[in-house]
Amino acid sequence: MLAYVSSLDPAALVRALPGNVAQGIIWGIMALGVYITFRLLDFADLTVDGSLATGGAVAVMLIRGGMHPAAALFFAFLAGMAAGFVTGILHTALGIPGILASILTQISLYSINLGIMGKANQAINVDQYELVASLRYVTAEMDVRIGFFLRMILGGILLIALLYWFFGTELGASIRATGCNLQMASAQGINTNFSKVLALMLSNGLVGLCGGVYAQYQGSADVNMGRGAIVIGLAAVIISEVLFEKLCAGRKMAFAFTLFAVFIGAILYYVVIAFVLWLKMPSDYMKLFSAVVVACFLSVPYLKQKYSKKKKGVVKA
Amino acid sequence: MRTMLEIHDVHKTFNPGTINEKVALDGVNLTLEEGDFVTIIGGNGAGKSTTLNAVAGVFGIDSGKIIVDGDDITRLPEYKRAAFLGRVFQDPMTGTAATMSIEDNMAIAARRGMRRGLLWGITKKERESFREQLRMLNLGLEDRLTSKVGLLSGGQRQAITLLMASLKKPKLLLLDEHTAALDPKTAARVLEISDRIIEEHHLTAMMVTHNMKDAITHGNRLIMMHNGRVIYDVSGEEKKNLKVSQLLEKFEQASGEEFANDRMMLA
Repeated sequence: MLAYVSSLDPAALVRALPGNVAQGIIWGIMALGVYITFRLLDFADLTVDGSLATGGAVAVMLIRGGMHPAAALFFAFLAGMAAGFVTGILHTALGIPGILASILTQISLYSINLGIMGKANQAINVDQYELVASLRYVTAEMDVRIGFFLRMILGGILLIALLYWFFGTELGASIRATGCNLQMASAQGINTNFSKVLALMLSNGLVGLCGGVYAQYQGSADVNMGRGAIVIGLAAVIISEVLFEKLCAGRKMAFAFTLFAVFIGAILYYVVIAFVLWLKMPSDYMKLFSAVVVACFLSVPYLKQKYSKKKKGVVKA
Repeated sequence: MRTMLEIHDVHKTFNPGTINEKVALDGVNLTLEEGDFVTIIGGNGAGKSTTLNAVAGVFGIDSGKIIVDGDDITRLPEYKRAAFLGRVFQDPMTGTAATMSIEDNMAIAARRGMRRGLLWGITKKERESFREQLRMLNLGLEDRLTSKVGLLSGGQRQAITLLMASLKKPKLLLLDEHTAALDPKTAARVLEISDRIIEEHHLTAMMVTHNMKDAITHGNRLIMMHNGRVIYDVSGEEKKNLKVSQLLEKFEQASGEEFANDRMMLA
């Protein structure tokens, strides 16, 4: 035990943190997408596991073809939107239950992603291209490092501002109403099928964008890069709710704070991962660990409610 | 006089060809003139709510025609018919979006039947007018514009749903037992608000109720349904002078059955 504790090097943890924060910010983009479907639309969308890799594949192939890495991100966003559109049509026009529709899209995206890349993995070298994000920037000289983090943070804030604006518009409000109460939305003349498709497109667009940034960050797109992505997205959303929900509620611009909290949730998730790895937990168990964390946090509201109900019953008796 | 609603020989059978087959509407005919306020009574399964839902487009009908203010809406999907209709439901949870604020709910209702674009979802002017209209409800909601609707009581939610139904003047207001889930005092209050809104905006309305007395005291016309048909239709002076006992008699006469329905309130 003592040998184990003394083998832990605090400096190693500090060294690992910037990289994990960077990953957290990047996955925060994806978490925003998951927030839109999971919370605003009340739709468990598993498309994301596929559309993340699609975004990565499209970005990498375009960059390799000579496109500017920043411009490639726009197409990664569009590719994600297309994936969301397919899930939306499967669900609304063809009546396939939401989760199943998204799984069908996810599975077919695996083939499509292989088709886009021509093989399972395509690399891009940071020395060859002016990448928006890269692992190397994290350990590079100070000005590159600061520039990178500034870019990520400003990008995140820009996305939050755009989403805050969009969901405040008439169209955005109709999506929120659709997710909250289908009957009410229909009775108020909202085409709920259109709302659902639009929300799925926006959500997967963000996931595709995240895939594009993440592929640049790790220097390659991989057909498996999205496996379990939904769990990471959910973890970020749920961590943010457990920690910040009370803080955000009732504020002016509460929604902007909530979106910001989702980003923080994603960063915290990666910090926790860094900590667990630092404790020398075998990295093979990371996915199991993530799933357990999400399961715990998801069950908290349910158990809380159940427990408080029981207490009430005792008081009554 | 403008004819606001024509229901022509509407038939609807649920689960046809199965053991659960149920003829819900069996040739319903009904015409409402502008400003008519019709109360609808009848036993369970008589087709009252089904008639309202058929008009609202919750499901397609098997045969017949539904015309609102001259437009045949029989084939329109629910969300498109919403342009013509204001609706309040039995369950107070149904008419509003619980996780959204009062003003957000109202702003959505104010755009019923309009194209929703990328303009900001609520304007300053609207906010002021919402505040004024909430003040008239006398429920203390005028200072709670940004409160989530989910935090409000059932009566408050029904009152807001009523207001929402009238923000954009509907050609037809459909009230589907909208006081049934409320306690008597709140129910009376919500009925009072309904009357006021209908009068103020000169709305054409249909109200399903289980309370015979309410059915007699509200509106200018009363219809009774049984087995998916309209079996009694009365208006004007004759309706005003109706007694609950007469209604019961009518029911027994028309249906040939004893009126033994515990959901039907006699008083």
